[in-house]
Amino acid sequence: MINCKINGIAVQVAEGATVLDAAKKANVKIPTLCYNPDLSPWAACGICVVRVEGSNKMLRSCCTPVAEGMSIVTNDAELVEIRKTVIELILSTHPDDCLQCPRNQDCELQTLAQEFGIRKQSFPKRLRDLPVDDTTGAIILNPEKCVRCGRCVTVCQQMQNVWAIEFLGRGESTRIAPAADVALGESPCIRCGQCSAHCPVGAIYENDQTKEVWDALMKTGPDAKTCVVQIAPAVRVALGEAFGLPAGTDLTKKIYTAFRRMGFDAIFDTNFSADLTILEEGTEFVKRLTGALQGGLAAATKERSMPLITSCCPAWVDYMEKYYPDMVPNFSTAKSPQQMMGAMIKTFWAGKAGIDPAKIFSVSIMPCTAKKYETHRDETMYSSGFQDVDVSITTRELARMIKQAGIDLVNLPESEPDSPMGPYTGAGVIFGATGGVMEAALRSAYFLVTGEELKDVNFTAVRGISGIKEASVHIKGVDVRVAVAHQMGNIQQVLDQVRAARESGKETPWHFIEVMACRGGCIGGGGQPYGATDEIRTKRIRAIYDHDENTEYRCSHQNPYIKQVYAEFLDAPGSHKAHKLLHTHYVERPLFMK
Amino acid sequence: MARMTLDELRALRETKRQDLARRDVEGKDIQIIVGMGTCGIAAGAKLTFDALVDSIQKHGLESKVLIRQTGCMGLCYVEPTVEVAYPGMPTVIYGKMTSDAAEELVQKHLVEHTLLDNHIFDRPAADILKK
Amino acid sequence: MAKKNFMLVCGGTGCESSKSDEIYRTLIKEAELQGVKDDVQVVKTGCFGFCEKGPIVKVLPSESFYVEVKPEDAKEIIAEQVIKGREVKRLLYKKSQQTADNIKVQDIEFYQKQFRIVLRNCGVINPENIEEYIARDGYVALEKALFEMSPQQIIDVMKASGLRGRGGAGFPTGVKWETAAKVNSEVKYVVCNADEGDPGAYMDRSTIEGDPHSVLEAMIIAGKAIGAHNGYIYIRAEYPLAIDRLKVAIAQAKERGLMGVDILGSGFDFDVEIRLGAGAFVCGEETALLQSIEGNRGMPIPKPPFPAIKGLWGKPTIINNVETLANIPVILTKGAEWFAAIGTDKSKGTKVFALTGKINNSGLIEVPMGTTLREIIFDIGGGIKGGKKFKGVQTGGPSGGIIVEKDLDTPISYESLIALGSMMGSGGMIVMDEDDCVVDVSKFYMAFCVDESCGKCAPCRIGTNQMHALLDKISKGNGVEADLDSLERIGKAMTKASLCMLGGSAANPTLATIRHFRDEYMEHIVDHKCRAGKCKSLVVYEIIPAKCIGCGLCARKCPVPCITGEKKQPHVIDTARCIKCGECFKACKFGAVTKR
Repeated sequence: MINCKINGIAVQVAEGATVLDAAKKANVKIPTLCYNPDLSPWAACGICVVRVEGSNKMLRSCCTPVAEGMSIVTNDAELVEIRKTVIELILSTHPDDCLQCPRNQDCELQTLAQEFGIRKQSFPKRLRDLPVDDTTGAIILNPEKCVRCGRCVTVCQQMQNVWAIEFLGRGESTRIAPAADVALGESPCIRCGQCSAHCPVGAIYENDQTKEVWDALMKTGPDAKTCVVQIAPAVRVALGEAFGLPAGTDLTKKIYTAFRRMGFDAIFDTNFSADLTILEEGTEFVKRLTGALQGGLAAATKERSMPLITSCCPAWVDYMEKYYPDMVPNFSTAKSPQQMMGAMIKTFWAGKAGIDPAKIFSVSIMPCTAKKYETHRDETMYSSGFQDVDVSITTRELARMIKQAGIDLVNLPESEPDSPMGPYTGAGVIFGATGGVMEAALRSAYFLVTGEELKDVNFTAVRGISGIKEASVHIKGVDVRVAVAHQMGNIQQVLDQVRAARESGKETPWHFIEVMACRGGCIGGGGQPYGATDEIRTKRIRAIYDHDENTEYRCSHQNPYIKQVYAEFLDAPGSHKAHKLLHTHYVERPLFMK
Repeated sequence: MARMTLDELRALRETKRQDLARRDVEGKDIQIIVGMGTCGIAAGAKLTFDALVDSIQKHGLESKVLIRQTGCMGLCYVEPTVEVAYPGMPTVIYGKMTSDAAEELVQKHLVEHTLLDNHIFDRPAADILKK
Repeated sequence: MAKKNFMLVCGGTGCESSKSDEIYRTLIKEAELQGVKDDVQVVKTGCFGFCEKGPIVKVLPSESFYVEVKPEDAKEIIAEQVIKGREVKRLLYKKSQQTADNIKVQDIEFYQKQFRIVLRNCGVINPENIEEYIARDGYVALEKALFEMSPQQIIDVMKASGLRGRGGAGFPTGVKWETAAKVNSEVKYVVCNADEGDPGAYMDRSTIEGDPHSVLEAMIIAGKAIGAHNGYIYIRAEYPLAIDRLKVAIAQAKERGLMGVDILGSGFDFDVEIRLGAGAFVCGEETALLQSIEGNRGMPIPKPPFPAIKGLWGKPTIINNVETLANIPVILTKGAEWFAAIGTDKSKGTKVFALTGKINNSGLIEVPMGTTLREIIFDIGGGIKGGKKFKGVQTGGPSGGIIVEKDLDTPISYESLIALGSMMGSGGMIVMDEDDCVVDVSKFYMAFCVDESCGKCAPCRIGTNQMHALLDKISKGNGVEADLDSLERIGKAMTKASLCMLGGSAANPTLATIRHFRDEYMEHIVDHKCRAGKCKSLVVYEIIPAKCIGCGLCARKCPVPCITGEKKQPHVIDTARCIKCGECFKACKFGAVTKR
């Protein structure tokens, strides 16, 4: 441990801790702009300067490690003056259209300007007229607003290992754009939206589709459609943050009520289709595992039936198609819960409710920007004969809609979702957290293989925030080895091992791999409320598992409504009909489109 | 040339040191050294070099004169620079040696044994390492 | 046969103005009169740079150095020197207050103001011939390092020598090496920073062009000291000749077994590769340089970790600039004590400067630390061109500040220059005279920084542009006094809050000129006047009718054209259309065109 002083307050910090870390420990807030706790410091803004007591030199607290005996001053007249000047300089290159900005009232630069009491424009504006890039349909890049803090680039390159965006130009012309200045939609971008979740200002944000949803909800007369909504597991434990509630507040049943008040005609829960996913994917896994046990794991590795890799994350699917197309056969063909729900709404439910699927407007609420892309990813997303999910909006968009509608979410009465695609099991809930899909799959796979129920359904080894988790589960004489990776930058080392095993004719190290593009899984999605840190992610995860423990059924195959859906409509997991509606396929995609 | 051992390096150094001190390498006892740094070349040192070669040939002095190149002598304000060492005459550095001046240099310094007016500039430092 | 005597008469501007031409003619006349025409040649030379004691006459081969010579001394000089073969003692240069009578050229103080360590071989050896380098004690230091010294001993010598980084920051080289040596790593790197980018600086280019082996030898020694076997030379692609010379030198060193595997049979391996920079000034900053070698965008990254601990590809890396390296073989050969005896208390050895600007003898000079700026400018540099008034000298290029007359007697060291609001920088030294405008100069340097800011860090990226805009506004006569406060405010924020020294020092030229020449800024702001006539918007060209004879030359030269007038009648400039190119001013032979 290292001893230091922050403004005279003695604190002890671990070796390697920065001055900023130490200050936090001393309950001293040093203003920052480019710094983000998820990312290694890029040290671009110069606002977090501090000084060692008695020294004339200023240090950047975000990237200066604490040395033994250091005495740091974080606040004096000169420091404040320098910070204020830097903030004013940044403001001089930033448009003043805060009122029309997607980040209005939730903007880190705006907050700094307010905290520093900046009331006049000291330096003339130096704005740039740069075009907005909306080519992905999921996230929008507005370079005019960019403060060039570099967070998005660090996120995209280091955290996510996607390398879709880069700095172009030098000096004042420095801007963020894909390499070679192609459009974002033609770049390797996987639309995970982590850049938008980390952007301190309104330079990268989700493609706001709330108007499309309002239009559908408010339409009357012969063109009016039946509006159906589904909500993903991760949304319910994060939405509260946008309403001032503590992270990890579970608002499931209040959100259902809010949906009704907004005017949705039917409310379903993506947790239900997550259960459906488990049955399809679990069955697929058992089939592949059985094959591997017969033909040998090395052979299965070689022919790429093993390991099975999850495919519920659309950003991950995009990444695989671009960076690991050789893994296409390893991918579970089961659609994601969003798309399964979409297909079921416009087929099964439409039939049951006697509604023309053409007259259904299907909305999904997701923690994710990539889900916007998934709704039209390929022709299998139109399995009902229509676009299965019409619009996918993020948690942030939902929060705005609820506020706009004047709904007092926090104090709403609770209500239940609609039947039969509302009720869900705990297995469906945990899809929202990293390791959740794996855990849910194992709970049911055990049953599918052995015909017996697990005594303890908790697979704690695959839970938690660490980047790569491994576990081994004993199922009927077989040690099933699984790996869970989240945050795209962690995937490479897992997949490279699989690739190496395959190329050298060896057995894959794992039978089953879960991959989620975002840190912490969907609860850390690119469409979630701003300001996620590991502390917040852990709270969201906690809420997910609490919810799981409080459900009547903990395993997908136990869901009586799932049984009903198969009995009435789908026949059996992996049936011809299930394949037509609930499965998809993958192709190699170029990194850069021409 | 093959890789050297330590002893070969030392032997080479001795031989070369004597050669340089003698300044009559290959029987050529007149040395002309042209400053061929970027500053020199930019100011036309390559043309000067060519003019020197031509002029020396014209006067049939090839067998006596060794023309060498070197880097910047530090006198960038009077590039191109040429150092002339002629036995029996003071060793001088000439500046502003255009190709015309180069011909004049051969005629005057090497043939007539007189120095050139308006072209002499001294080496800026007494080279302490010489001693 | 050659003449017996050669009399060199200084033809520099200073000496010419004190009748050196007359001395020259009188000497020739006297030689004829006294009948010794064939025994002496009188030659007019370039400036001896000793203008303070001019006119100068130097006699060869006796090396007699006469100062303050008058035309009437010619007779005596010819009589004594040529006929009697002895010196005219009363005219010989004497060290001040000393009785020593005759002093030879090489003993004269002035000529010892320069002291060549780094440039020891420049202008002496053929840089493309390794044998000439070897002959001048080349690779002696390497022998010592490989066969007689342990890595720690090498480091100890470096530390004891007091050598500090010549790239500008002045970090002790031995300490840097020791840090890297102590890190336990199989792979380490030695990087030579040859990304010289200051406007007006060319020390590193000339050193490499003139003596490439001194850099290579030092890199191998550094490799031995820290335990590295690979080196990179990062050099700007705009230095083609230096790159060629390096390539030749590397090939020759490898061929002779002085580089590569098992150097001289010592068992030590070391290889050097050249990496070309694309001309970004910021890549001279060490972390940006390493990023660039790795193939990344050349942007500085936070330190610590320092490159000596975690550098190129995450391995311990020492980065030394060309001039620093060129010192090292000499230090090892001559010893730390020898080196430490040169220079000042904290700044040891010499410093190479590229002396340019409004100076008579621009060029590459090397002086011991502690030499004063006055000695450099007025003795070595021969003073200001055209006898104009000295205004200031810019050291450290765009990172430094102007140093004015009153500070010229400050002995040069890393610390003293920083105390004057400038810095050593890599060694560019640009002299300015009364015709230079401080606003214009500050704007020029700021424009350079605007172009060269990498764009990473907000204070520099935005601050340079805002400051440039303010300077531009002032230079156009649109400034207000509050703009000076803004300049100082932004400048301070950049200085304190920038990530690297590009931004950290970019405001120096402006801040220093505001400090020293606030009145000139105020002239621009209040009187809309640029006394040097450099700020075009503030200059008005007019024709004084009384002086104009109506020759029409100005009208013919005017590119717009905006000068009209009848033949033999006074002409008129249409100031509204004038682009202020100054061609009319230069063309007029009658002083009729004025600039105000």
